[in-house]
Amino acid sequence: MSLTLTLQTPPTVPLEAEVLSPARLAGLSARDAAKLSVIHGNQRADLGEFFQIGDTADGELHLTGDLTRVKLIGAGMAEGRVVVHGPAGMHVGAGMTGGEIVVEGDAGDWVGLEMSGGRIVVKGNAGHMVGGAPRGGSAGMRGGEIIVLGNVGNETGNGMRRGLIAIGGDAGDFAGVNAIAGTVVVLGQIGWRAGAGMKRASIVSMHPAELLPTFTYDCTYAPLFLRLYLRHLRGLGLAVADAQVNGLYQRWSGDGVELNRGEVLLFQSADGAREG
Amino acid sequence: MGSPLRIVNGRVYDPANGVNGAVRDVCVRDGKIVDDVPPDATRIDATGMVVMPGGVDIHCHIAGSKVNLARKVQPEDHRHDVHRRTRFTRSGTGGTVPSTFTTGYRYAGLGYTTAMEAAVTPLGARHALEELHDTPVIDKGYYVLVGNNVLLYRLLQEGRREEFRNALAWWIKVTKAYAPKLVNPGGDELWKGQRNGNIKTLDDKIGPFDLTPRKVIAAFIEEANALGLPHPVHIHCNNLGQTGNVETTLETMRLAEGRRAHIAHVQFHSYGAAAGKTHTNPSSRARDIVEFLNTHPNISADVGAVMFGRSTIMTGDAPLAYMLRHFGGNKWVNADTENESGCGIVPFSYQDHVYTNALQWAIGLELFLLSQDPWRMVLSTDHPNGGSFASYPLLIRLLMDREFRKERMAQVNQRALDQTTLRDLDREYSLSEIAIVTRAGPARLLGLTDKGHLGVGADGDVTIYEEDDDKEKMFSAPRYVIKDGELIIADHEFRADHEGRLVHIAPDYDPAIEQVIEPFFEDFYTIRFANYAVDDRYAPRRQLIPTTPQASAAAAGSRS
Repeated sequence: MSLTLTLQTPPTVPLEAEVLSPARLAGLSARDAAKLSVIHGNQRADLGEFFQIGDTADGELHLTGDLTRVKLIGAGMAEGRVVVHGPAGMHVGAGMTGGEIVVEGDAGDWVGLEMSGGRIVVKGNAGHMVGGAPRGGSAGMRGGEIIVLGNVGNETGNGMRRGLIAIGGDAGDFAGVNAIAGTVVVLGQIGWRAGAGMKRASIVSMHPAELLPTFTYDCTYAPLFLRLYLRHLRGLGLAVADAQVNGLYQRWSGDGVELNRGEVLLFQSADGAREG
Repeated sequence: MGSPLRIVNGRVYDPANGVNGAVRDVCVRDGKIVDDVPPDATRIDATGMVVMPGGVDIHCHIAGSKVNLARKVQPEDHRHDVHRRTRFTRSGTGGTVPSTFTTGYRYAGLGYTTAMEAAVTPLGARHALEELHDTPVIDKGYYVLVGNNVLLYRLLQEGRREEFRNALAWWIKVTKAYAPKLVNPGGDELWKGQRNGNIKTLDDKIGPFDLTPRKVIAAFIEEANALGLPHPVHIHCNNLGQTGNVETTLETMRLAEGRRAHIAHVQFHSYGAAAGKTHTNPSSRARDIVEFLNTHPNISADVGAVMFGRSTIMTGDAPLAYMLRHFGGNKWVNADTENESGCGIVPFSYQDHVYTNALQWAIGLELFLLSQDPWRMVLSTDHPNGGSFASYPLLIRLLMDREFRKERMAQVNQRALDQTTLRDLDREYSLSEIAIVTRAGPARLLGLTDKGHLGVGADGDVTIYEEDDDKEKMFSAPRYVIKDGELIIADHEFRADHEGRLVHIAPDYDPAIEQVIEPFFEDFYTIRFANYAVDDRYAPRRQLIPTTPQASAAAAGSRS
């Protein structure tokens, strides 16, 4: 029996609700769960002041309503599943180490901030800094997967150290900026200055992109790892074409102002099969 | 001021008055230690507890523009260390460079009631004073950077010694500072004019000036003594952190020729040279430094111990920060300080497996354990350069607990320990010696006669610790802290807020010196002369500490 929380009183200012994770709610009666502490603006409040809580949890959590102003859903979770039937606020899955979060609507900024494991699927659009590092922080996501079916804002994968970010729609500027390692796949258009300051990561774009002058062209080839990645992403619901799975990609090295061991792969044509 | 207090049955450690663990009462009234209080005074039962004067930090970096730059450059350091508001105290952030409120509360939370900010440019005086004003509970003062000052250099170069002394006194007085501070004298000036320029020996020529660090340092020591400052010139020697820098440090101390001088964070200046595989490694010369101090009572030092973990290097030594910029891993700052000094910030982390870091850690401990006069080798980590002041309890445990120290020694880089004598040192500090290096000693070196002791008339700053075999635990959280006679912490929790005061000095100078300084300002400064002096509004609570000027500069030599 899964637990459903319905947002009945939308918060007037952002609500920090780290308690909205399976482990924090596990085994609690509706009455006890209602007493869990959240922060509404700069005031402490009870979860029950905002949510109607049904049944008890068994590791799966369903949230319904307009959660645009609810932050930190699933933060720090290690296992279980959270489904948001609607939009979610900032910091979905921040610091999560395992389990799965599905957001049926849009998500705010910093999806998967500093996550190190598990999977987040956003079926709508997501904001800036998907999988990114907090301001001043040395690293963004350290593992796990973030799948966004729609579009995302700027600085996707800012400073990411490991893991996979896949965007079904378009990505804004500075995708993979300062990335240390990891993979960012963008099926739609990619904005300016992808990979600026990156050290080792892979950034994949299915459309031509104007790169920084500190990136140098290496070759055109059919990367084997990408076939595995794209098939995996197709299985997760992204619209990956056969031509992309088997295609040829231009490889550009960068960023030359850093280690120059990162790569940007730009889809060129569907001819890859004959080389593979 | 709070109601009168009688602290009963505590074991009192008041080394300045020769009290070494005797069980006796301590009475406080109207903010001062007194002989007796009326029978209806509030009683604090200190049975089984240790009573000491409030701690005094002689060298830390807690306020001013460079501290604020270090805060701004490290938002990640604050996010995980939120200091929550209580009924009595305000909120803030911690990390290696805490916000002003948190700095005050955390010092008080360790039983410290006085801390001296060790490096502020004259131009940054207002900023520093405003932050110090916002640093609660503790009393505070700051040292003003004068060792790379262009006008002072000009006067010295031209042999205008009288004017040099007057200008020095003017600078200290109008900025409401507590002592003059030299940082890498000549080094900043050279670095600003020349790529990778720095001072290597005391006889290097300082850029365009017909001066050497030797001449500059000797002049400052002599004139600070002539002005009769309560704390002599506070010196951050040249070549900080460089292999083989012990020679510079010893030379600098010799320049005092019997006059008083204080060497800051001497651990960073106690390195010899050892042959390494690919290049010359630093080694420990702590023994030479300690021997010099043992035989020269005019010299004092604070250790500047290195503690493993996160730190923030922040310094007026701009060439040093520039040299270290890539060691920190990511970000660094060198900031402009006009013609008064330099500034650099590098977030840093000391790691026990790294040769140099382990060596620095060991040298800090060696200096403490070899020192024969704890009054002149006092405790500091050069917060936050060698480590946060929050690591003082751990440092105290390393000094007091030989077995714990050996356990920790087994975990650090052994090649580094091979270069030291730490394995041969079995000494353990007593509570009385800890009271000296953390309170009585620094207060005496600062010339703060009302601090660091519990004699009648002393400030009512008292800390009461619960005895514990784990000295780190004992010194981490005093049971009671009394500041100016007011019970600030009771049962480990804040019971009141408090505003400490600024201690500063105002040495006399010949007003004619302003006619020399003003034209220089109009030519070279971004601020007008008339707007430069800091007025009293910047230090609403202040205490002027008197100076005792010598009859003439020549007579200063006999004082020590």
